[in-house]
Amino acid sequence: MMPNKSENFLSVKDLVVEYTAEGQVIHAVNGVSFTLERGKTFGLVGETGAGKTSTAKAIMRILPDPPAKIKHGEIFLDGEDLLKISENEMRKIRGFKVSMIFQDPMTALNPIMKVGEQIAEVIRLHNKISQREANEQAMKMLEKVGIPRDRFNEYPHQFSGGMKQRVVIAIALACSPELLLADEPTTALDVTIQAQVLEMINKLKVDFNTSMIMISHNLGVVAEVCDDIGVIYAGEIIELGSKEAIFDHPTHPYTLGLFKAVPHIDDEEDRLNPIAGLPPDPSNLPKGCYFSPRCPLVTDRCREGKIELKEIAPGHFCRCIVKIGEG
Amino acid sequence: MLTLNSITMEDQPVKPRRKSQFVIVARRLSQNSSAVIGFVVALLLALMAIFAPIIAPYPYQKQDLTHSRAAPSAQHIMGTDELGRDIFSRIVWGSRFSLSVGILAVLLGTAVGMVFGALAGYFGRVVDDIIMRFMDILQSIPGILLAITISVVLGPGLFNTLLALSFGGIPMACRLLRASILGIRHQEYLEAATSINASTTRIILKHVIPNTFSPLLVSSTMSIGNVIMMGAMLSFIGLGVQPPTPEWGSMISGGRGLIRTCPWMVTFPGLFIMLTVLALNLFGDGLRDALDPKLKK
Repeated sequence: MMPNKSENFLSVKDLVVEYTAEGQVIHAVNGVSFTLERGKTFGLVGETGAGKTSTAKAIMRILPDPPAKIKHGEIFLDGEDLLKISENEMRKIRGFKVSMIFQDPMTALNPIMKVGEQIAEVIRLHNKISQREANEQAMKMLEKVGIPRDRFNEYPHQFSGGMKQRVVIAIALACSPELLLADEPTTALDVTIQAQVLEMINKLKVDFNTSMIMISHNLGVVAEVCDDIGVIYAGEIIELGSKEAIFDHPTHPYTLGLFKAVPHIDDEEDRLNPIAGLPPDPSNLPKGCYFSPRCPLVTDRCREGKIELKEIAPGHFCRCIVKIGEG
Repeated sequence: MLTLNSITMEDQPVKPRRKSQFVIVARRLSQNSSAVIGFVVALLLALMAIFAPIIAPYPYQKQDLTHSRAAPSAQHIMGTDELGRDIFSRIVWGSRFSLSVGILAVLLGTAVGMVFGALAGYFGRVVDDIIMRFMDILQSIPGILLAITISVVLGPGLFNTLLALSFGGIPMACRLLRASILGIRHQEYLEAATSINASTTRIILKHVIPNTFSPLLVSSTMSIGNVIMMGAMLSFIGLGVQPPTPEWGSMISGGRGLIRTCPWMVTFPGLFIMLTVLALNLFGDGLRDALDPKLKK
């Protein structure tokens, strides 16, 4: 079903992440699979708690264990299974080959370390260079993200939110990673700054020829930067395809619901069109299709067994038996 | 010399340095008059300890039996004890022991407590349980009793006294650091540090402790006074620093039989203990206020 791993830079196969809390098992990620080519951007879209961040942290192997556990799955980066290699080998990859932009710039920086030092820290952790060279590189990084180099010695509290996010991005890009995991990099920022930051990420991505996974719940952000998109619901990818496929031919009822929920500027709309109901309790997922309790097209057969992801057009996959039949 | 200069020139950014945290705290401290008084008095006491050989008019062990139990006079401004030793000289020399025992015991206790507190707070779960239950045991013994017991076991002497006094400070430092680490344990910047591949040791030393240290700094400063009192108490009951080494507590102990006839023998050492403890507490109070971001103006 999925293309062979060797052709792809990153391929995630059947990833399952569970959290254990007070004796309950929380099914955060339930068999996520996707692939990413070098230099491309994959968008992971979904609601809060759908398992987007858990997927990203599983790739970095920084899930807090306990309570989180990667139950099974494979994550191939350049042909190497990240879940099988030792912690020592992983350390060479983390922050160097793969790095992460965190969601909230307010808390992602150490409040009592100079921003320049925080950038220099990652450079020194991965390169055998002197403090002075690292500082010089850190200043260059600051300039690349549009911050004057003489602010090297300032502390995070002296920066605005957008500026802090630039610093976080500078830290993530300091070692020119091959894969960048952007976990809602613009969620904590206001709209004008969002645009600037997205533009900058796009530009830097090209400059560094970085592959990227963009995690977002904002369809506009995804449309701006992604090549391929996976829509994730209750820890499962329910629709997967190129940006054009998803935006022009959304098929899964959930994806359709998401698009309907976005108001259009030319339409007169008094009310938003939300998807009725709430995402299912991840410790007690419904049988059959996880979306069935909220689905307008639900049939009895939806609640019976596991629904498979089926190819409905070349490269466009959907997990719904009502829309595409039994196949 | 030239190369050194060029390096530092390049290292420094052109812009004038902005106010660092240290400067801000120091400025706020200087606006608090009681903290300044505390600091100045503590500084004077420290200087007195350092320059004891210059300040003391007589050697501390010099006996002058013809002038024993002399009341304060121009010759002996604080009088003499029953062996005719000059009390002022003995107080000056004694400050060396009292202050160094106080400061070193607190440093040692805080350092050990910090190690355990950092481990307990950072790793949590079983590590936390084991360490904290051990601290419970340590803390269930009253501090004075603990110090006496350890002193008795180890025997008298400066180093043993220091050890005995430092034990009491371990649980407090451990608890404080653990509590403040729990407050920041799940902050994203620690996760971010993991994601750039900082090792656990590095995260604890560079990211966790510097962010959680300030309450500990305050409580340690404040506890120096208490430890000095405890040290004096140990020498008072004959366990701490041994005669003829002058120590404020043992001086009070030596003079207590003559308190009715020669009150200066106990009054002056007592006064100095009080002054030291008061100064350190005032300074500690001011430090706490200066470090508290909620009181920022």
